[in-house]
Amino acid sequence: MMELLGISVQALLGQVLLGLINGSFYAVLSLGLAVIFGLLNIINFAHGALYMMGAFVAWMLLTYVGMPFWVALVVSPLIVGGIGMIIERTMLRPLHDLDHLYSLLLTFGLTLVIVGLFQNFYGVSGKPYPIPAALTGAVNLGFMFLPIYRGFIIAMAVIICFATWFLIERTRLGSYLRAATENPEMVSAFGINVPLLVTLTYGFGVALAAFAGVLAAPIYSVNPVMGNDIIIVVFAVIVIGGMGSILGAILGGFSLGLVEGLTKVFYPEASTTTIFIIMALVLLLKPSGIFGREV
Amino acid sequence: MTHTNEKSQTMADATEADILLDVAGLNGWYGESHVLHDVALNVHKGEVVTLLGRNGAGKTTTLKAIMGLLKPRKGSIRFNGTQLIDLPARTIARMGMGYVPDDRGIFGSLSVLENLLLPPKVADGGFELSEIYELFPNIEERLTSYGNRLSGGEQQMLSIARILRTGARLILMDEPTEGLAPVIIHQIGHTVRRLKQAGFTILLVEQNFRFAREMADRHYIVQEGRIIDEFHKDEVAANLEKIQCYLGI
Repeated sequence: MMELLGISVQALLGQVLLGLINGSFYAVLSLGLAVIFGLLNIINFAHGALYMMGAFVAWMLLTYVGMPFWVALVVSPLIVGGIGMIIERTMLRPLHDLDHLYSLLLTFGLTLVIVGLFQNFYGVSGKPYPIPAALTGAVNLGFMFLPIYRGFIIAMAVIICFATWFLIERTRLGSYLRAATENPEMVSAFGINVPLLVTLTYGFGVALAAFAGVLAAPIYSVNPVMGNDIIIVVFAVIVIGGMGSILGAILGGFSLGLVEGLTKVFYPEASTTTIFIIMALVLLLKPSGIFGREV
Repeated sequence: MTHTNEKSQTMADATEADILLDVAGLNGWYGESHVLHDVALNVHKGEVVTLLGRNGAGKTTTLKAIMGLLKPRKGSIRFNGTQLIDLPARTIARMGMGYVPDDRGIFGSLSVLENLLLPPKVADGGFELSEIYELFPNIEERLTSYGNRLSGGEQQMLSIARILRTGARLILMDEPTEGLAPVIIHQIGHTVRRLKQAGFTILLVEQNFRFAREMADRHYIVQEGRIIDEFHKDEVAANLEKIQCYLGI
């Protein structure tokens, strides 16, 4: 058996794969946060709860109406994104002109309410969600077995991240978004409906969280607190990548997942703290984040 | 509407029907402070009209109020016969009013081409890109640059150019010559004349009286948030001292 620094290649690649899967969730979640922070200047603390809702809605759709995974992968983000738009219109809009501490507190409170409601109705134990039949099994890559569903998660995350980057950086709609981030008054003086743009953007960011939630449902247990831990890591990721930076969120998400996985191989005791150590270093050396614009 | 303009003997030779923009009894506030007091002015189709006045007189605020960017505001603003006072800026823009702000409003994180294509078309008859490049050759050379890499003059030209694409027929232009070199001011003057020939109507805020005098058909004097006087271009020479006194030149 091949060995590297006393560690088997299998173990190493296994952790790399695990790191990439975690990184996929970090990337999609921090991307949603970055999109929302970029245009709305809102630190969306409810992101973890909305990720959980995405998984739960998929589970409900399967359990109550028998909706298959593939359909839920589209429908659940639409439903949760719609709920997000209602939240934006009814609760976040009135806070728009205030310091973003207010929206942070509001979304933090919302998290407690949403998680509490789900705990009340569904308890804290996980609900099982089966891996779709077409994606069960594993392929032999020669050096390791890759569970097909895990590979699918990475592929979907890469596709959705690229699509979002393309939408924002390369299309007319994206140029409206970027312009409104810089100077919303000027954009509205051109005849563009900025409040609608804001609502749609929040809904889109929330839908990304729900999409990650649906992807997570078959591998993590669907439970009301599933978003609580991951959201803390995701906030560290966007601080490292640079608040509001699309590219920073995507690259930061994947690479920090990878770093976390590798730490598990070389120094397992530090695996849950590495990201926070990196965050502290980045804050010391470049407070705006690796891809953030200097203010 | 109260029409408390002290001096409303309009010398315009056009008829009422030609009035494109008719502002009457316009009041505006910045938070608690009352900054516009019963502003009344009108602009006829195809005219170039200036708002002259010292720093802080309320010229920019008047433009913002007309564009719907000042809240709250009260009074009457009729554009092509439609009352605008309760409409948001985005609706006003869609009716064919273009805004060239005093800070030029160029988006630094967008490329020049993205800036140029940003404002949606609001009416037919806007300039084609080829016409814009002909008018502003510098812009065509810099299409892939980011907005924040442009010089002040280039930003000003881009700010005007992107409005020409939209088909807006009334352009509110806020100090297009501010802080620019004489050769650039000359080019902007050439552009304003071209636009007038092409039938555009322009409401121009200026501090540069020499520039304003060359461009405009009529001048309003703004002071402390009020319109205090009005001169047709033919009256300027006879009232030069008075005007210079108003402007503190």
